[in-house]
Amino acid sequence: MNYDLFGLELNVWVDALIRVLLIVGFMTVSVMGLIYIERKILARFQRRLGPTRTGPMGLLQSLADALKLIGKEDLRPKSADPWTFEFAPYVVFIPVFLGFVIVPFLFGWQVRVIELGLLYFVATSSVNIVGWVMAGWGSDNRYAMIGGMRAAAQGISYELPLVLALLAVAMIASSLNLQEIVSAQGRVPFVVWQPLAFFIFFVAALAEMNRPPFDIPIGESEVVGGPFVEYSGFRWSVFFLAEYAALFILSAIGAAVFLGGWAWPLGEELGRGWQLILMSAKTGMLIFLVFWVRASVPRLRIDQLMGYSWKVLLPLALAQVLVNGAVLVYDWPKQVLLVTGVMGLLALFWVTERAVRQPRTRPAMTIAQSEAAS
Amino acid sequence: MVTPRALEHEFETQDLMINMGPQHPSTHGVFRMVLTIDGEVVRDVVPYVGYMHRGAEKLCETMDYRQGIGYMDRTEYLANFNAELSYVMAVEKLLDIDVPERAQWIRMILCELNRISSHFMFTGAFGTDVGVFGTAFTYSFIQREIVQDLFEEITGDRLMYAYFRPGGLAWEVTDNFVARVHEVLADMRQGVIDIDGLLTHNEIFVARTKGVGYISGQDAIDYGMSGPALRASGVDLDIRKAEPYLYYDQIDFDVPLGEHGDVYDRFVLRVEEIRQSIRIVEQCIERLQPGPIQPERMPRMLRTPPGEVYIRTEAPRGEYGIYLVSKGGNRPYRLKIRSACLSNLQALKHMTVGQYVADAVIVLGSIDIVLCEVDR
Repeated sequence: MNYDLFGLELNVWVDALIRVLLIVGFMTVSVMGLIYIERKILARFQRRLGPTRTGPMGLLQSLADALKLIGKEDLRPKSADPWTFEFAPYVVFIPVFLGFVIVPFLFGWQVRVIELGLLYFVATSSVNIVGWVMAGWGSDNRYAMIGGMRAAAQGISYELPLVLALLAVAMIASSLNLQEIVSAQGRVPFVVWQPLAFFIFFVAALAEMNRPPFDIPIGESEVVGGPFVEYSGFRWSVFFLAEYAALFILSAIGAAVFLGGWAWPLGEELGRGWQLILMSAKTGMLIFLVFWVRASVPRLRIDQLMGYSWKVLLPLALAQVLVNGAVLVYDWPKQVLLVTGVMGLLALFWVTERAVRQPRTRPAMTIAQSEAAS
Repeated sequence: MVTPRALEHEFETQDLMINMGPQHPSTHGVFRMVLTIDGEVVRDVVPYVGYMHRGAEKLCETMDYRQGIGYMDRTEYLANFNAELSYVMAVEKLLDIDVPERAQWIRMILCELNRISSHFMFTGAFGTDVGVFGTAFTYSFIQREIVQDLFEEITGDRLMYAYFRPGGLAWEVTDNFVARVHEVLADMRQGVIDIDGLLTHNEIFVARTKGVGYISGQDAIDYGMSGPALRASGVDLDIRKAEPYLYYDQIDFDVPLGEHGDVYDRFVLRVEEIRQSIRIVEQCIERLQPGPIQPERMPRMLRTPPGEVYIRTEAPRGEYGIYLVSKGGNRPYRLKIRSACLSNLQALKHMTVGQYVADAVIVLGSIDIVLCEVDR
């Protein structure tokens, strides 16, 4: 067991404490940075300037917002369920931060190298759905409750394609250890062998993070913030922190699993500096993609969202796992993976396109029919 | 043993009532609707209006005809020129005065530009309703801003223009008016392309809006709908064509019609109307000649003969009518505003019931209401 942090011989508990502090400190700072970058990028997409006043180029805006949020009164509606309401933010926050443990930053740089890292990640990350439902239920607000129920439905539906997409890669890499998955990619990253899995992973990750076009639980124009409607001050900022931490962690894992992490394309024997540049460039690219999608697409409707997961993504993810299994068992050449992956991707686009172009006039239920039904 | 009846009882769910508005981001002002929902499906909608009622009609009866113009701006604050036009045309008809040609052409240009800016406001607000985070909104608002800059140069005000007068216009337009209009039109053409690229052809947008909020042409007529919301159901009624006022009969333009009467048609139709308005303004600008903008002799105080008159014009949201009763003297005896938004809003329940909660928001958005006009 390795308890050496930066080469220091430490007591188990001191070691654990330092690691936890490192995680929380690093994540808080990077989340503030992410919020600033998102606001700037979105502003550019929208022909605006974004924050400019606080500090040089508005750099201190996130800090000012954080201080404001901490200084605000922590309100709780009189009719809210005290325990559920107050614990919900942490039930969302802690599972997300647990995922940080296995993010492979550089070669050997990981909070903890876990042999079943990927399994650990998918197991912990889905717990936060409970927190969303708690927040929605405990607030005693009807918008919040609708939002919480939507979050539960969405989180459970998209967990499956996400896990299957990661599983497909784990099969090819023959490992669940993220360090080994990165090393296994060698000259060609897994996005080439598994384009379909990458796409499914990206879409499902968007839904897991409740990012547009899947921001249905918090849909501003419908349920006005969903489960967060009654939260203010510090508790609200914890939700926010968790949201951006999830964005960072999922992008980092996507970069490591599909894009070759710190190794590809320059090889494995690199200095720490190069590894850092590669890893942050890939993570940053995925994060930028998420912001780009946010700036340009409308929100899906709840039935379309569920249908897309169960009828399109899940069958294709299963098919991908099946193909991977066949390739492993019968020792087919790797090119089979590429061909089937691209074919799967085309099938995915075709199905999506067909779903969009379905016949139009679906007459609204008449008032009489509706009254009969209710 | 569980009987089928007990099972039925066990799985019976209660409908949930949620109160949307008057403070809700997507009710476009202080509109309130109480939704009865079963899961995500809307079972009943009860709209409540009147939070914005200021008694504009009654106020107009207490002041003379020229002072009433300002109140028209305040009823329809997104298409002020169209609202002013109905009012001044009603007064002109009572007074039986002729308006100089140049004033009429300028009125047409301003009204059509106002239609463009109003429809851009719609595309922006609707984009937000459908869930585009701000991008459609900012792109549309830049277009509206460009038109408003032009209006500000001419009238001196950004929102409450009060520029039309019975008999003509308040004052002459700026010297570079023609050049400025051409500049604005160039920007508008680019704006339509941007909106088309961002929303009209976006797969998610199409999936969200097609087949939602359906209303047949006959139902739309029965509810008294007008304007783009009516034409999207395939009813060919545009007052500019049906009862031409100003010089619309001398201008060549098309009236776009929808086929399916759903939210997507209402959106696409408005974008198409922006194109048609650009065409109209282009033709008007060519025919603009120097000349007077007021009749030679206008009385200082307008005194109308007894009588009553109803004037309707095609405002961006539909038929904007003014019913004016005079018993002589310098102020109206009764003024009634026929609001397009209020009539269009009547069909909300018809279009929303049976759809999802998220659809209720976009159906309301697609009617394109201005609460100031609904409540007056």
